[in-house]
Amino acid sequence: MIQVNNLSKTYNGTTVLKIDNLEIKKGESFGLVGNNGAGKTTFFSLLLDLIQPSTGYVMNNDVQVNTSENWKPFTASFLDESFLIGYLTPEEYFYFIGDLRGQNKADIDALLAKHEEFFNGEILKNKKYLRDLSKGNQKKVGIIATLIGNPEVVILDEPFANLDPTTVNRLKKIIKELAEDPNVTVLVSSHDLLHTVEVCDRILALNKGEIVKDIQTSRETLQELELFFAV
Amino acid sequence: MEIINKCFFVFDVTFSYFDYILQNQNNQTMIQKFLYLEWKAFFRSASFATNLALKILMGFVAAYFILIFLGLGIGAFYILKKMNLDPIVTVNKFMIYYVLMDLIVRFMLQKIPVMNIRPLLIFPIKKSTIVHFSLGKTALSFFNLVHGFFLIPFSIVLIIEGYDVVSVVLWYTALFSLLYINNFLNIVLSNKDNLFAIFLGIAAILGGLHYYGLFNITEYTAPFFDAIFNTYWAFAIPVVALIALYYVTFQYFKRNLYLDAGLSNKHDIAKTEELTWLNQFGTIGTFLKNDIKLIKRNKRSKTTVGLSIMFLFYGFLFFTNRIEVYNNPVMHMFAGIFVSGGFLITFGQFVPSWDSSYYQLMMTQNIPYKGYLSSKWWLMVIATIVTTTIASFYLYFGLQVYLTIVVGAIYNIGVNSHLVLLGGAYTKTPIDLSSGKGAFGDKKAFNVKTMLISIPQLAVPVLLYGLGSSLGNANVGLALVASLGVIGFALKDKVFSLIEKIYKSEKYATIAAYKQKG
Repeated sequence: MIQVNNLSKTYNGTTVLKIDNLEIKKGESFGLVGNNGAGKTTFFSLLLDLIQPSTGYVMNNDVQVNTSENWKPFTASFLDESFLIGYLTPEEYFYFIGDLRGQNKADIDALLAKHEEFFNGEILKNKKYLRDLSKGNQKKVGIIATLIGNPEVVILDEPFANLDPTTVNRLKKIIKELAEDPNVTVLVSSHDLLHTVEVCDRILALNKGEIVKDIQTSRETLQELELFFAV
Repeated sequence: MEIINKCFFVFDVTFSYFDYILQNQNNQTMIQKFLYLEWKAFFRSASFATNLALKILMGFVAAYFILIFLGLGIGAFYILKKMNLDPIVTVNKFMIYYVLMDLIVRFMLQKIPVMNIRPLLIFPIKKSTIVHFSLGKTALSFFNLVHGFFLIPFSIVLIIEGYDVVSVVLWYTALFSLLYINNFLNIVLSNKDNLFAIFLGIAAILGGLHYYGLFNITEYTAPFFDAIFNTYWAFAIPVVALIALYYVTFQYFKRNLYLDAGLSNKHDIAKTEELTWLNQFGTIGTFLKNDIKLIKRNKRSKTTVGLSIMFLFYGFLFFTNRIEVYNNPVMHMFAGIFVSGGFLITFGQFVPSWDSSYYQLMMTQNIPYKGYLSSKWWLMVIATIVTTTIASFYLYFGLQVYLTIVVGAIYNIGVNSHLVLLGGAYTKTPIDLSSGKGAFGDKKAFNVKTMLISIPQLAVPVLLYGLGSSLGNANVGLALVASLGVIGFALKDKVFSLIEKIYKSEKYATIAAYKQKG
């Protein structure tokens, strides 16, 4: 589904990301772990054509992302709050994204009803604009919005951060469900090794912009990763 | 260039020296520490770290305004004298309007720096120190100091001309107290909405009644201002009022120095609006819905709308024939463009910056640029048509005047709507939707390309109209401008593809620029 070729990003002579070759298969649930500055967000930004690669390119379903825009209809992402429109209510935001992804109001309502538990009664019909929601609740909106329109690639940057323990478990359930669908490729980044191991069947560890581990998740994975990141 | 660079080097060295002094005093008082923070905040602010050309331009603009006020301050006395008016009596008469206008401008533009207080709360600093400092800081604001450029020279001229020194000093003190009362009123009332509009309304009504001789407010206020000058005690009224107001403001702030009280951000009660009637317009409807909400729910965009309403009345200056310089056909065309195109100009120049805070989202969604641009274009066109319809009250000044406005509207729709979108494509200034400040044009938004593109917005129709009227008559001029508008309208698709190309080539730079705040 996603091929990375000779990709690198350099800022003022400092290379922040360098991935020579990487292939993520269709249907895979792919976890990205690493410390601050490891290059996780940089990688996702390159994948979404938000920044320009210094060398190389990314192919998303045979579309080269920095030359064509045809990857957009089947790719959904939530990196941070800058993906939210602050002056809209959550409902308006969902409908807006729905409009852009060719979904009608009934489709959206069905999706929202399905995730009512995830929202925990704090999102819908709350008479608040997105800008006035707490960080955690904003995140919930952003994550559910990526599910609109049955995307084939879902990219979530640090989805577990800022969420309460109950919501984290509910989110894990949602991601696992997505991962089970053979047509959906999920990409998740996290600082939390345990969460990542639980929801992903393949984990990539980055350090200072380079791949240091690439493992299929097994019973020993968590131990292996903890050992690697141990001080 | 060499010299200018040297000047800036000298400045930098001086700054560093002050920096050094401020940093290295061992027994710094709290206030000194605060001053040190302010110093850093000022010189490290994004708007200060702009390029050299812009610094020079800002310098010129500042110098221009200072000179105007100075000229007014020195010249006012002699001009009034020449008109056989008693300078001090005349100034006192109109002082009420001066004070009122000052208050209105403050309501609109002067921002209260409460947010900077937040990090200080948890440190071992007395609350009263924090409040005194924050209030004291506003005293040095540009909105207060600027009056000095008028009042100080005017007062000095009064003394030179032989007026009683004590009277002048007391008068000066009282007036500055009044202006500072405005300063603190603005702070105390900063949470109230619509004050700007209310006071503008009051000022307009008072001015109108005065003008038509129905009610003259100055008859009631002038004696007060005269008393300030003629007696030795009346000045105490504003001074005491100022002290009282400072005390009230101080107490108010101190009591509300909590994150969920005075320092909180106001939360609006949200209501989901579906605007389903826009669904019939497809993609354009999707964006139009969003744009309408954007305008309705954000302070900055509301200020823009307010500004464009002011442009609507701008024409009075031209068409009432009161001001001689404005009373010629070319200036009338100029007014025609402004009256109908206020919204187009103030809103359009910041497309796509209006969407800056969620630009990354827009860039990852399947968004057709054409639909996005069309929605903005339609918004401007609808606003222009609405404005032109409302402007039909200019028919009072004759059909020719209204015709000029209609032709201005045609040119705005056909040509200027494209030009502002084209200029906007190069504007990379993130917009803070929650702040009303900057609606008068952001200094950071200045760049050469945008400026070059904006010249034809006014120059071309004015010149064309001038050409037409000198060759034939005013109607020939109007026809020329209108036909250029129609040609522009016909080229819409071509222009949109061009803008789309610019958007694509500037994409990464725009995303990077919008990520930087402040």
